[in-house]
Amino acid sequence: MSAPGGRATSAPRLGRETEPSLFDFSVAGRRSASFRTSDLPEWSLAELVDERYLATEPVQLAEVAERDLVAHFTRLSHRQYSVDLGAYPLGSCTMKYNPKSCDAAAAMPGFANVHPATPPSCSQGWLQVLVELEEALCAITGMTAATLQPAAGAAGELTGLLLMRAYHESRGEQRARVIIPDSAHGTNPASVVLGGYQVSTVGTSARGGVDLDQLRAALDTDVAGIMLTNPNTLGLFEEDIVEIATAVHDVGGLLYYDGANLNAILGIVRPGDMGFDIVHLNTHKTFATPHGGGGPGAGPVAVDDRLADFLPGPQPVRLEDGSFGYATPPKSIGRLHSWHGNALVLLRAWAYLRLNGADGLEQVARVAVLNANWLRERLRGAYDIPYDRRVMHECVVSAHALEKATGLRALDIAKRLLELGFHAPTVYFPHIVDEALMIEPTETESPQTLAALAEAFLTIANEAREGGSASEAKSAPRTTPVGRVDEARAARQLVATFDQRADSGS
Amino acid sequence: MSAPFVPHTDGEIAEMLAWLGLSSLEDLFEAVPHAVRLAGGLDLPDHWSEADLNDRLEELASGNRPVGRDLVCFAGAGAYDHEIPAVVRALASRSEFVTAYTPYQPEVAQGVLQALFEYQTMVTRLTGLDVANASLYDGAASLVEAVNLAATATGNQRVLCSAGVNPRWRAQMATFARGSGHEIEAVPLADGVTDWSATDQPGSSGTAGAVVVATPNYLGCLEDVAAAREAADRLGARLVVCFDPVAAGVLRTPGSQGADVAVGEGQPFGIPLSFGGPYLGLFACRLADVRKLPGRLVGETVDTEGRTAYVATLRAREQDIRRERASSNVCTNETLMAITAAIQLGWLGTRGLAEIAIRSARAARYCREALLAIDGVEAAAAAPVLREFALRTPVEPGVLIDRLTGEGYLAGVVIDEGFEGTPYEGSLLVATTERRTRSEIDSFAQAFDKALR
Repeated sequence: MSAPGGRATSAPRLGRETEPSLFDFSVAGRRSASFRTSDLPEWSLAELVDERYLATEPVQLAEVAERDLVAHFTRLSHRQYSVDLGAYPLGSCTMKYNPKSCDAAAAMPGFANVHPATPPSCSQGWLQVLVELEEALCAITGMTAATLQPAAGAAGELTGLLLMRAYHESRGEQRARVIIPDSAHGTNPASVVLGGYQVSTVGTSARGGVDLDQLRAALDTDVAGIMLTNPNTLGLFEEDIVEIATAVHDVGGLLYYDGANLNAILGIVRPGDMGFDIVHLNTHKTFATPHGGGGPGAGPVAVDDRLADFLPGPQPVRLEDGSFGYATPPKSIGRLHSWHGNALVLLRAWAYLRLNGADGLEQVARVAVLNANWLRERLRGAYDIPYDRRVMHECVVSAHALEKATGLRALDIAKRLLELGFHAPTVYFPHIVDEALMIEPTETESPQTLAALAEAFLTIANEAREGGSASEAKSAPRTTPVGRVDEARAARQLVATFDQRADSGS
Repeated sequence: MSAPFVPHTDGEIAEMLAWLGLSSLEDLFEAVPHAVRLAGGLDLPDHWSEADLNDRLEELASGNRPVGRDLVCFAGAGAYDHEIPAVVRALASRSEFVTAYTPYQPEVAQGVLQALFEYQTMVTRLTGLDVANASLYDGAASLVEAVNLAATATGNQRVLCSAGVNPRWRAQMATFARGSGHEIEAVPLADGVTDWSATDQPGSSGTAGAVVVATPNYLGCLEDVAAAREAADRLGARLVVCFDPVAAGVLRTPGSQGADVAVGEGQPFGIPLSFGGPYLGLFACRLADVRKLPGRLVGETVDTEGRTAYVATLRAREQDIRRERASSNVCTNETLMAITAAIQLGWLGTRGLAEIAIRSARAARYCREALLAIDGVEAAAAAPVLREFALRTPVEPGVLIDRLTGEGYLAGVVIDEGFEGTPYEGSLLVATTERRTRSEIDSFAQAFDKALR
């Protein structure tokens, strides 16, 4: 385990020079676009549209040659880190390798060029893929029905909460609160409020799980449900999940499973078997659909039979004659998407599931957990390990002691890692850990890459301890396309478009 | 055990386990209670090879009919068959963009951040507004967020939404209102455009949080935005305008007509039809509301050496910091689609954008006249249109669409959901883009005529 891996120095170095804006390349009259020869009458705009609707001046866009366009965006791409370039151990983000065959599937014209309003008779292939994906997601989560409409995890969360609301209302119950642990992702409380509920927060026990006493004290018939991530954002499995489920169900509440960390338990344990009633999944995490620099994702939601009738519609279904069509569940909460969800993302997830199969998915979880535990042990001693027990797919370590001794903060460690050729882990999350570094290596990083990543973390800690200060890391990163970015200035003097620049003349 | 994208050899796994003092991978899961462990593995087939996958994909794809020579597209309704040149496909599929995560570390994410900054600039110019975010899921999601912004900014939950807004966007708004508690009222259409007089009746409630109008609307008709602005002023509401980014190449901008928020579907800019997603939610608003802007915003700044740099900014608005006080829960957005749109708009340029609007409008005029010349076919609304239009046909449009797929045409979209009980229910919505030619339209009209008999 000595060969280096995951290094990404050459490409960022190529992109060291500041790239002008596309608008800086614009020359009036230059063009790239050309169109089909239509042979249609060349009516003027004035003949086509009443003048009162028309703009007096055209929308000003950059006017560039195709060659400029290619050079600009290629150079921008050289200023960007990506999974294809190297390890991306962002905790809770599951930045695993994105198989090329899944991208190739999404590029097939037989899928990519199908209009969403195409009648079912001409889109059987698509409908079959979506129905099979729903079925596979139910098998993985232990649920009975699923919707593929939510376009991302946060949309899935809100869908789940609206399902929870519809369920309680159908029983004539008005419940006001949803319980969330203090280690939860920020989307959880935001979604709860958009779902029309109040947030009740419960604390974390000494072993890093939900504090059962606090939970029991918070539970009454006013509680609509609880949102849990399991394993949680500390990377720890909720050991008391059976007790939690019983306690919540006893007051008539539902259990919502945030699928952000599902990668850890594929084929090991299913949310349904743990007692969850509603599950959302992030295909861009667990099922390797590429994250696109921030999106697109897809956030399917699976539910047990109590909630199936409330799912969004219309949804693709298998008909009695074996063909495929659409149906809307009888008590549907309505639409969550203009069409059928982020179909091309869902197709990639379907392809990923086929390429892995039942056998592969189990191995995915096992090796993801192995990698996280191996890395955590390598970092022991150099970093603090809060809630010290075996982790699942990610580990949270703390730079608290290092910071006290040397002034080295989690942020400095993140920036120095960039300089050493790796993407940084998630920092300052979960909030319950001081100077948190949340590291998720995923199963697709080799032992060699893992060793090199661990070495980089240890180097950073040693530099600070041996030098007695954090000076080396404080000035990092120096080998990246730009140095440390002044985030405060961006917020203080907002320049959110080219036209708001002081030198833009407007 | 075998997993195609796990690099570890059995020997390496054994070595790692031994170093951890474990004897098997099972030992890693001791925290999972035995009572709930999955016995017998997942109920899924074992893994396929890539070659087997490709065979199956070919087979499934043959059950679909993509638009193209064999199925000429006259369907729109929010998803349009526009030109996507090779250069846009090539640049937008660069894996540096495709396989990056959210730009949390700006020093190694300048590529995505700068592309988003350029995208935001383009969206503000298209809308005539001050600031645009880095994208939302799609047009419908943008509308939902716009209404949330308006309700928060005004402290008023009442939403007056034109019945001309895309019915599937309206449906989604209604779904979210189950949680937000927004009171949505539809403002009816009269001959294809919104009749705002209904909002000015004596005795009707005097205030609202949001007034929503779409132009061109779902029927393709151009709306009088000034009338919507007047209604918004009268009610103390924010005006939300749903705009068509292609029509924006020739029409007055939402901002210049008084919109406080402009939202739109960015799919026409380089994004394949994709069976409905992922698409691109366009969202722009005035500077006064920037602290309520949903989603990510990229700002320009400098690095330690004073070089221009970009970073996600005004982060205190976002859910990961604001938590239950956040007005939006958006985290993942559609960055790759935003970058794609920026590349496509770079390819189009000032004249290209205007040209696709004009070419689409010419095709619509020609197609509309050809179809209206057919016996029994009538316009569903008399109001002026640009590139999409609704027709009443003597044969039920669902049947007509089925017949015409057999002739090689996707004839349009049935107007049903969201128009129940209106004069437009049961009409056919037809759209054209710059890709439709005279000969395609001539043969379509012939087939259309035949399909009615």
